[in-house]
Amino acid sequence: MVSDMLSSSLWIVGPELILAVGAMVLLMIGVFKGEKSAQLVTSLAVALLIIALLWLVFIAPQGVAFGGSILSDSFASFMKVLVLIGSAAAVVMSAGYAESERFNRFEFPVLIVLSTLGMMVMVSAGDLITLYLGLELQSLAIYVLAAINRDSVRSTEAGLKYFVLGALSSGMLLYGASMVYGFTGQIELTAIAASLAEGERSLGLIVGLVFVLAGLAFKISAVPFHMWTPDVYEGAPTPITALLAGAPKVAAMALIVRFAMEGFQPVAIDWQQVIVFISIASMAFGAFAAIGQKSIKRLMAYSSIGHMGYALVGLAAANVEGVRGVALYMAIYLATTLGTFAVILSMRREDGPVDQIEDLSGLSRTNPVMATFLTIMMLSLAGLPPLAGFFAKYFVFMAAVESGLFALAVIGVLASVVALYYYLRIVKLMWFDDQAKPFLPAPIELRVVLWVAGLFVFPVYLFVGGPVFAAASAAAQSFF
Amino acid sequence: MEVGLGQYLTVAAILFVIGVFGIFMNRKNIITILMSVELILLAVNINFVAFSAFLDDLAGQVFALFVLTVAAAEAAIGLAILVVFFRNRGSIAVDDVNTMKG
Repeated sequence: MVSDMLSSSLWIVGPELILAVGAMVLLMIGVFKGEKSAQLVTSLAVALLIIALLWLVFIAPQGVAFGGSILSDSFASFMKVLVLIGSAAAVVMSAGYAESERFNRFEFPVLIVLSTLGMMVMVSAGDLITLYLGLELQSLAIYVLAAINRDSVRSTEAGLKYFVLGALSSGMLLYGASMVYGFTGQIELTAIAASLAEGERSLGLIVGLVFVLAGLAFKISAVPFHMWTPDVYEGAPTPITALLAGAPKVAAMALIVRFAMEGFQPVAIDWQQVIVFISIASMAFGAFAAIGQKSIKRLMAYSSIGHMGYALVGLAAANVEGVRGVALYMAIYLATTLGTFAVILSMRREDGPVDQIEDLSGLSRTNPVMATFLTIMMLSLAGLPPLAGFFAKYFVFMAAVESGLFALAVIGVLASVVALYYYLRIVKLMWFDDQAKPFLPAPIELRVVLWVAGLFVFPVYLFVGGPVFAAASAAAQSFF
Repeated sequence: MEVGLGQYLTVAAILFVIGVFGIFMNRKNIITILMSVELILLAVNINFVAFSAFLDDLAGQVFALFVLTVAAAEAAIGLAILVVFFRNRGSIAVDDVNTMKG
């Protein structure tokens, strides 16, 4: 009986087990083969992430594992697929960069795999302990990754800043978790929801809820907890920035949705106001602060702050359309971000990588393919139809309107008009300004990521976006 | 006077606030920030154990053990990052963490 339950639980967490065991095997390979093994370990890490992805999609059953600690439903599967794609793309894109910048150590892909494992645990967390452990596994690996270029002042400073603020945020999250535990007597999210549904809500519980949301807002870099984002994005090695902007954001957003919708749906009225505030602040800040930026990595940092605000609009709606909107938004955001970072990683001249926006000047004449794809990415981030980014924004705003949050939807649309300015500035620079020195030809792996992401954003999503939309709808049904 | 749940929660809240202030008010030394982080985590642990005893439920104590474990890992990683930063910058003063202005 007990062994039956154990084996069914183990089947459910199959993809996580693959990553956990695989990471240890990769570590052994690295230790025994020495520093030369970086290339081999990188390829094996990509293979491992793809195996976990296939296992998740085709073999792993859905259900509740380990007495409710792990919830594997269609929402978790959808988000895990995104996380695995984001991490695998980041590992692929890092291969050439790590070699030319001389930090191609085998620990690098292993840490990305461990961080991905943390994200997958976060996404399917069913109680406060798994929530915290997943979050910490993800964060601890990424603190090290941000500082992995250990001879660079900027990289280590980025790691240090991320560590200090990340540690503070997990402290706040834990303090909130202890209050939630104390005032409901439960750590399982479903049990918390059940006890909230029957009892009246106490002040201590609301304090706990706000602290947990503040801790999670740090992880998705939502205003007012965004201050680490631009510095960490700028200082960390660019492949790590590409990882940071994608998979961890998806996982943390999934965690917020899970925490709010699974555990605190009975008190939705209380967290809705917090989410609405965070969302408006992030959208407005992301739109205005990005205008004066000179470095494209900092620009992407402010842009990601804004995009987290748009995604939170869907959660603020707290209905099934809203959750579907969040899931869809994160999928399209991930594709667009990966494509944009494939271009940023290709910005390299003889004397090393460059990251100023001016360096893109006149790109349409030196490299028309890259310029065309970057234009598609920028317009999609701005939310122009018929690109994928438009549909992402459309569904979250529609959900907000349906639950009566008209002001939120209007502010969101206005913020995206402001944001259009700095995206269009890049487009103008590429197509109409004087030609800068051309970049070195991009390595094959970056071109593959760029083509796949670019074609997904336009025109693949426009014509065959149905399955993605259907998967997002199924994911949203998990909470209702 | 009997010591009840309220007293434990008050001590934990005071420790938590001292920890948060230690991170933001301190302008001298990053080691102090690491100590403040530990203070926050210990405040949380007091909360968990007090609630666990009061509710007569073991989950809180299990949680506290996990928090202790993760706090150890976190301190190790924090010190490691601090050491590589010191090698590059030659200082661990908070005011010197300013190559990028955000």
